[in-house]
Amino acid sequence: MKYVIIGNGIASIGAIEGIRKVDAASEILVIGAEDSPAYGRPLISYLLAGKIGPDRLALRPAEFYEKSNVTLKLGTTVTAIDTEAKTVTTDAGETIGYENLLIATGGIPFTPPIPGADGPDVYNFTNLAHAQTLISKAREIKRAVVIGGGLIGLKAGESLFDRGVEVTILELSPRILSLAFDENAASLAGGRLAEVGLAVRCGVSAKEIQRDSAGNLKGVHLTDGDFLQTDVVVIAIGVVPNYGLAKESGLEVDRGIKVDDHMRASAPGVFAAGDVAQARDLLYGDDRVIPIWTNAYNQGFCAGKNMAGADVRFLGSLAMNSISFYGLPTISVGMVNPPEDDASYEVTAVLDEKKKSYRKLVFQDDHLVGYVLVGDIDMAGMYTAFVKFQMPIPEEARRQLVAGEPDVLMWPDDFFQETWNPGTPE
Amino acid sequence: MKRVYPDKEYCIGCHLCELACITAHSASKDLIIAYRDERAASGLSPCKRVFEKGDTCVAISCRHCDEPSCVAACISGGLHKDPETGRTVYDRDKCVGCWSCLMACPYGAIRRHPIENKIVKCDLCEGRAEGPACVQACPNAALKYEER
Repeated sequence: MKYVIIGNGIASIGAIEGIRKVDAASEILVIGAEDSPAYGRPLISYLLAGKIGPDRLALRPAEFYEKSNVTLKLGTTVTAIDTEAKTVTTDAGETIGYENLLIATGGIPFTPPIPGADGPDVYNFTNLAHAQTLISKAREIKRAVVIGGGLIGLKAGESLFDRGVEVTILELSPRILSLAFDENAASLAGGRLAEVGLAVRCGVSAKEIQRDSAGNLKGVHLTDGDFLQTDVVVIAIGVVPNYGLAKESGLEVDRGIKVDDHMRASAPGVFAAGDVAQARDLLYGDDRVIPIWTNAYNQGFCAGKNMAGADVRFLGSLAMNSISFYGLPTISVGMVNPPEDDASYEVTAVLDEKKKSYRKLVFQDDHLVGYVLVGDIDMAGMYTAFVKFQMPIPEEARRQLVAGEPDVLMWPDDFFQETWNPGTPE
Repeated sequence: MKRVYPDKEYCIGCHLCELACITAHSASKDLIIAYRDERAASGLSPCKRVFEKGDTCVAISCRHCDEPSCVAACISGGLHKDPETGRTVYDRDKCVGCWSCLMACPYGAIRRHPIENKIVKCDLCEGRAEGPACVQACPNAALKYEER
C-alpha cells in the first residue's frame, strides 16, 4: 500500500487532503479504532447538549472517501508496526505493507489514580462513545460531578447541565481554564456558568469515590473534607499522547512522537501528526505537543504532502482556542500567560465586567505573541495575523492594537500587496 | 481561479461594495428593502470590510486561499475547499457557531452573523451571472475579479 494512516481524526483528514494535493490517484488506507468515519471531536459536547443530532457529526461528506480513493478500515486497532519490514499488523491478525505510514493516533484521557474510580458510572469525555453513554445515562440520573475545570471538563459539565442534570465541576487549581486563559477571562467564563446554575469549585479535587458494598457509586469525598452525593463522575483532566504503539515499535518518543520539520518520525517512511506528535512550536521555537484541533489538521496536511513526495517544512504549531460558555464567546491565541519575571514581555488588558468584555494583548519586544478576547471577539483574526505572521509592530500600530482596532492597513506595505493585490506594480 | 483583488491605490472608501454585497445576498434583491428592512429583520450583513487610515482605504473579503486556515480550524465540516472550483465553501447547515474560523483566519475575512450562531463569509456571489456584485458596483475599479 502506498499510504497507510493509523487514526481517523482531523490529522488523518488533513493528511488525506495533503496527499491529494500532490498525488491525485494512489490508494490510501485509513485504519481507525473507532467505528465511525471522521467526526468533529469537539462536536461531542454539542451532541451531549442536544444542540445537534448525530447526522451533523461527520467532518466530510459521505462521498469524500470514495472521491479521494481512500479505503476505510474502521473498528480496527493496529497492534504492531515493523519499521524494518515496513508493515503494520492489526488486531484482526492482518499484516499490511506500507511505503509511507502516518501515525495519527491522537490522545487518550489522562486518569489520575483516585480510590474507588474503578467500577461503574465513572466516565471520560473525549470520544463519541463516551458522549453516547452519557446521553443515555443522563435520562436516569440527577447529579453529576465533573473532575477537571479545563475546556473538556467545562464543556462536559455544560452539556450534562443542558440535559437537566445537576452539575458540580471540581478544579484543583485556584481557577478554571488555567492553561488556555488568564484569571480575568476565567472569572468571566466561570461567572457565566455560575449565573446559569452550574456549581464550579476551585482549589479542590476528588480524594475518593465512595461506593456501597454492591459497588454502586454513592458520591465523592473532596480534598477539603466535603462530600458530594452524585450518580456519575466524569473525569476530564486532559489527554495525553497515545504513543504506546509507536514506542513499542522502537520509534523515538519524548512527550509525544518526535518528528522533524517535515513531520518525519525516526524511521524511514514513517510520519506522525496531531495530538500524538511533538512538533515545532511557532512561538517558542522548540518541539512541543500542542493538542489543538487546527495544529492536528495542519500537521496532517504537511505530513501528507511530504508522504507524497513534496518537500514542505512545517511552519510550527500555534496554540489557539475558541469556545463559548452559554453565549459568552472566548478566544485565546498564542502565549497568554508570559513569565512574570521576563522584562521583554508587556501585557495590556482592558476589562469591562459589566459588559462581560475583556481584551488582553501580550507583546514581546515589538511583536504580538498572544491575546485573549472575551465577549467582543469580532476582530480576533486580525490579531491572529500579527501573531502568526510575526510582523514587527511600530509604536503607532501598537497603540491602535491596544485600542482594539487592528486592521490590514497596519501591515508592512510589501506584505500587504503580496497578500491582497499580488502581481500588480506598486 | 478568479478571485477578487482590492487595490488600495484606487479605493475611495465609499462602501458601495458593501451595499452591493448585501443586495446580492438579500431575499428581495432590492437595495432599499435590503438596507432598510432585511438588515434589521434577518441580520443581513456584508461579507466585506472596509478599512480606512488617513487617505488610504481598502475593502477586503475572503481570499479563497489555496490552503485556508479556516478550513483547518473548522470543527464541524462546515467549511471546505471545493477541489473543482477552488472556492472555500461555507455550509451553513453544518456550522455550529464555534468561531474557530473567525479566530484562525488571519485576514479577518470572517464575521459573526449578528443574530444567528452562524458566520458571514464571501461566496464570490455564487450563481450570480454577472460575477461578484462588489466588483460590479465599485465606481473606481478598485476591485478586480480576475485570474492571477
